[in-house]
Amino acid sequence: MAEVLLPRKMEMANDPSKFGSPDLLHVLAVDDSHVDRKFIERLLRVSSCKVTVVDSATRALQYLGLDVEVKSVGFEDLKVNLIMTDYSMPGMTGYELLKKIKESSAFREVPVVIMSSENILPRIDRCLEEGAEDFLLKPVKLSDVKRLRDSLMKVEDLSFTKSTQKRELETENVYSFDSPVQSQLKRTKI
Amino acid sequence: MNTIVVAQLQRQFQDYMVSLYQQGYLDNQFTELRKLQDEGSPDFVAEVVSLFFDDCAKLINDMSISLERPDHVDFKQVDSGVHQLKGSSSSVGARRVKNVCIAFKECCDVQNREGCLRCLQQVDYEYKMLKTKLQDLFNLEQQILQAGGTIPQVDIN
Repeated sequence: MAEVLLPRKMEMANDPSKFGSPDLLHVLAVDDSHVDRKFIERLLRVSSCKVTVVDSATRALQYLGLDVEVKSVGFEDLKVNLIMTDYSMPGMTGYELLKKIKESSAFREVPVVIMSSENILPRIDRCLEEGAEDFLLKPVKLSDVKRLRDSLMKVEDLSFTKSTQKRELETENVYSFDSPVQSQLKRTKI
Repeated sequence: MNTIVVAQLQRQFQDYMVSLYQQGYLDNQFTELRKLQDEGSPDFVAEVVSLFFDDCAKLINDMSISLERPDHVDFKQVDSGVHQLKGSSSSVGARRVKNVCIAFKECCDVQNREGCLRCLQQVDYEYKMLKTKLQDLFNLEQQILQAGGTIPQVDIN
């Protein structure tokens, strides 16, 4: 089988925007408490994350460009890897914010973590059912953030690797019709 | 650098810190806050607690207004205030303040105005007490640094 270096594959490797820098996860943190905002911001910075902090769910939606009916220009490049939101906030709650994010086509794949000072099981269930990635009890621990960051970075690496593998396999399918390897490739499900 | 002076100050600092934990003013969360402080962010703890004390003053003021008229108490507002106060005290490790908030919430739940007023007074006292104590602690830190020493890691166990 001839070695073919495809332009698409090269683009993939050189295109950073799709997956962002693996070292710098961008986290959007939402909390109405000034103390908690300062705290979570520090936790995230210490964990080598890029942080954007807002004081309400409304502001979070504004930041993400989800607050208007018509999709605004300029949000396609906004890369947020994780959203961490307080549950109890005046106006729109973290739960309502979670729902809005999951309803949006642009950000539904972004993991959303709910933080709460109250350990209320039905609340936790409701959030997880609505698609929350995790539910953290406040005060949030450094170990919680590290755990989240590590699992997210694995996912990013994994999806990058999977995509690259998939493209390689697709490529081989196109260029080697009678290859004995082909049936093996067909069995492999990505 | 006068090593004897530094050592004395460091000892003072350590003892004071331990006493604050033993007397229940602070809990483990304060230790966690200190861990987040480094040369890049040397004032982190002071800044967070400063925000906390500002919060306390404001929330206590709002709640006292809500509790003022015996015939017209906005318990919903008081409950919200207690919830916020409990949350932020928990986030900074202000154990005594947090504990008063727990009692405060109970009074609020049963709409006990007298109980709420007592808790309000107590929470006001506790946060001001803690503010003074932490100010003393931060002063000791400054003295150590000015004498050319480093702030010791204090193991609370």
